[in-house]
Amino acid sequence: MILDYIGVKEINGSLIVLDDVDDVFYEETVSIKLDNGTFRQGKVVQIDGKRVVIQVFEGTKNISLSNTQTHLMGRPMQMPLSLEILGRTFNGSGQPIDGLGNIYPEERRDVNGMVINPVARIYPENYICTGISSIDTLATLIRGQKLPIFSGSGMKHNDLAVQIVRQAKIANDESKQFCIVFAAMGVQKDVADYFKRCFEESGVLQKVVMFINLASDPVIERTITPRCALTAAEYLAFEKNMHVLVVMTDMTSYAEALREFSSSKGEIPGRGGFPGYLYSDLASIYERAGMIEGIDGSVTQIPILTMPNDDITHPVPDLTGYITEGQIVLDRNLSGQGIYPPVSVLPSLSRLMKDGIGEGLTRADHWELANQLFASYSKVSDARALASVIGEEELSASDKRIIEFGKLFEKYFISQKFNEERSMEQSLDLGWKLLSTLPKSELERVDDKWLEKYYRPDDVNFGVVVDTEEKDNEDTDEDEDE
Amino acid sequence: MEIKDVIYGINGPVVTVKNTESFSMMEMVYVGNLGLIGEVIKISDKYTTIQVYEETTGLKPGEPVIGTKSPMNITLGPGILDNIFDGIARPLKDIRKESGSFIARGSKVPSLDIERKWKTKIIVKPGDKLKGGDIYAVVEETRAIEHRCMLHPYLSGVVQSVNQDGEYKIDDTVVTLKDETGKIHKLSLFQRWPIRTPRPSKKRHSPKIPLITGQRVIDTLFPMAKGGSCAIPGGFGTGKTMTQHQIAKWCDADIIVYVGCGERGNEMCQVLNEFSELIDPKTGDPMTDRTVLIANTSNMPVAAREASIYTGITLAEYYRDMGYHVAMMADSSSRWAEALREISGRLEEMPAEEGFPADLPSRLSEFYERAGFVTTLNDKEGSVSVIGAVSPQGGDFSEPVTQNTKRFTRCFWALDKSLAYARHYPAINWLTSYSEYFVDLDKWYHENIGHDFIRYRTKINSILHEESSLMEIVKLIGADVLPDDQKLIIETARVIRVGFLQQNAFHKEDTYVSLEKQKLMMKVILKLHARAKRLISAGVPISQIKELGVFDRLAKIKYEIPNDKLYMFDEFLLDIDKCFAKFSSRLVKK
Repeated sequence: MILDYIGVKEINGSLIVLDDVDDVFYEETVSIKLDNGTFRQGKVVQIDGKRVVIQVFEGTKNISLSNTQTHLMGRPMQMPLSLEILGRTFNGSGQPIDGLGNIYPEERRDVNGMVINPVARIYPENYICTGISSIDTLATLIRGQKLPIFSGSGMKHNDLAVQIVRQAKIANDESKQFCIVFAAMGVQKDVADYFKRCFEESGVLQKVVMFINLASDPVIERTITPRCALTAAEYLAFEKNMHVLVVMTDMTSYAEALREFSSSKGEIPGRGGFPGYLYSDLASIYERAGMIEGIDGSVTQIPILTMPNDDITHPVPDLTGYITEGQIVLDRNLSGQGIYPPVSVLPSLSRLMKDGIGEGLTRADHWELANQLFASYSKVSDARALASVIGEEELSASDKRIIEFGKLFEKYFISQKFNEERSMEQSLDLGWKLLSTLPKSELERVDDKWLEKYYRPDDVNFGVVVDTEEKDNEDTDEDEDE
Repeated sequence: MEIKDVIYGINGPVVTVKNTESFSMMEMVYVGNLGLIGEVIKISDKYTTIQVYEETTGLKPGEPVIGTKSPMNITLGPGILDNIFDGIARPLKDIRKESGSFIARGSKVPSLDIERKWKTKIIVKPGDKLKGGDIYAVVEETRAIEHRCMLHPYLSGVVQSVNQDGEYKIDDTVVTLKDETGKIHKLSLFQRWPIRTPRPSKKRHSPKIPLITGQRVIDTLFPMAKGGSCAIPGGFGTGKTMTQHQIAKWCDADIIVYVGCGERGNEMCQVLNEFSELIDPKTGDPMTDRTVLIANTSNMPVAAREASIYTGITLAEYYRDMGYHVAMMADSSSRWAEALREISGRLEEMPAEEGFPADLPSRLSEFYERAGFVTTLNDKEGSVSVIGAVSPQGGDFSEPVTQNTKRFTRCFWALDKSLAYARHYPAINWLTSYSEYFVDLDKWYHENIGHDFIRYRTKINSILHEESSLMEIVKLIGADVLPDDQKLIIETARVIRVGFLQQNAFHKEDTYVSLEKQKLMMKVILKLHARAKRLISAGVPISQIKELGVFDRLAKIKYEIPNDKLYMFDEFLLDIDKCFAKFSSRLVKK
């Protein structure tokens, strides 16, 4: 028997309440027909006997107590899936918006997904070469990892994400099996267009599934967007054996949408007004990355989030950092100096890195080199702080060397052109070249055998390189301006 | 049978039943047609509130709720070791066999393998009087660990009959027992125990033996005791999990219970992989033979996260009662506290600090108090040591979970962000960390490692503290203006930091270091410091001493002297002497 419920009892924010509802289950999808003929989607979020609270994804604007017909769909929120989704564009709740018609589904999957049994996981240890020195050398991205970019408004996180997507050798030789799932939550239209254009330019558009919820789209829809995207990603990875790279931006907007929903539900707020379950909720998104034994595909996540006021202790970046396997942090100061990508090296980290690098994977000296670069660079800020007090002239010789190292490191190692792709070998050699500007005695993190092999203090000729590279930079800058 | 109690309301993991008197507090119940496991957490005259340990999607009002008449309990018996459980002790490997790579709900897989036969030796005979906790049979559970089947703590009586030694399944009767009332009890290889009730012991002692971890900064500066409790707070990326893994791998406990509470799936997978490859240095068997893992990854149901800590400590206590030293790692207790907060929020309880429930301190103390060094009911010595990671929000140690944990643990290893940024691991800050077990353990150190150890430790500690106050000056005016003797302090402290405190978990020789080597390392560092100090007071500039390169060599000594070639320290000392001898003779000539 199909029953439609006419009218609603209560409206509060994005929630509507129905009374006298029979035979409804928790998280059931509902379809709401307005008397102007439009449809909205919703989900059951609370049941008290016959009183049912429904979250409306498209918002409750124009809904009155009497102008709706609510239909229970008899299933949880599902996403229709088939290989056709590649190259398609969907809205935030998984409806096609590219005018190419509905997906003819091979199967339907619950957007909430299921928990991967930890014993069925394969520990990720194949690195993805992104061609970006600071990431490859110091925070190596691993297939099956979730590695967020912590940024702030106005910094070039989108460029960085695009560059990673374009250059990532995610699938080595099996490059056919590679695709991208892109989810935009509450982003400006320009940003969504920028991503689309970049995908187009690099010729991968046919391998991209896009989920777009723009800043002007209904807020509550955002809470479902990453789940739709990840359901598509899981289908492609674990059903169709593809290597899927999921880019999600902006997770802060997602969390804010969740906060809005939670407060209209009258829940007790936790830190920053975010619901107490924000951690579990974010985890149910981020944990949907990984690899499963016996299946060739993988889901790798690069969520992007903007830190309000560049504050890394804000609940969203903070909780994200606790769930994800490392983070790439962008730095306003570097960005201001015109360094791209402005990766703040010290707080950036890849937890899966140590097992994905080294002999047979990248190069045997990688781990120690990375450690030494971190250790040496961490001294730079101390030396700079001292210099700002007593003046650079007064510094000891070793502090001066450190400051010089810092400059070179930022200029040649971190800084890189938008279309510049460095091989792992190149990045590592560059690292050694920088370390060679420091005296041997200060390199206590590396084994003597590597020093013998790679330490070349006589061969440090950044002076010469400076001019040519600077010219190159200027040239390209001009090109871009045009 | 008519179903009396049905679901009324559903809100996340919380389900209510209306107008019923059939349930008692903390009773375990089966919810819905799928039979999801839940627990009664609140009863009022109108509603009974249940927290469900699995996702509640798809539940309908009107589905049955069936009570079990007993509190949430788990099965204890052979087969626990080398196994991985979820938060309510269901075996994940078997669940995988049943439902594939993804975890299905309402799984009814028994905790322990009921088909497997265990080689059992009965060690009682008819007529023996047994009291609670006495051992009646032993089973070879893994190559390293003998499982001792104990009488349920609240049971006692006289053995009526025993079966022969042989192979038994865990629910086969091996002994029958007649209690005082004349009732006959059939004893099999397992027993059940409610997870929220501490298992009884005869007597608790104050800790007196250190838990040796092979990690220098811990064993030397901030030792942990067997039966002690310890907190490791640190923001993300400071190496909490790494430190926990290192301790789990190398500490000298007999049994490791590792609870991954709300952490990453890949991390649990890594523990599984690494532990099965690692060989226990003491027994030569794989590490998994002495390990039990409990995994509630961050995307698993939040209510089960709350239970996972209790499941873990109950398993730990069970092995303690057999006379083993058990170390339990909880990574991370903050996730557990957040689970409490989430459930309490769903119940619309009045929140205390930062939205955490008002009973957070008492719940934390209850948990950490289950650690201890005891004489067991069967007169053996056993201990449970608890090492809890804390993930403070924003790395701010003033938040409620860190503060309350600090009150109930006696050892505090504060992980430091700036150390982690410089990749100084373990990033345990030597200025803010502390251990209250010093005094309790001094005697052990004196007797087993010698008096020097304590002396060296004190000296090392004072050099580090001196350095930190000197660094305040250096930050303002630079190191160049300091007098030479203070420069020496800074130089020695650098060697201590880089060569001693910092430890490379991925280096074959450095990942575990014996106490003897730790002592010798301190000795060499302090010897060098003392000699250099003498030279400086005789007027030799420190720059000339530094040129000898001994400080730099010393910083790498941890790699260069293997654990089994400790005599090389003497050679190194002679080398220092040689260097300095030349030097002082030159000085005399001048």
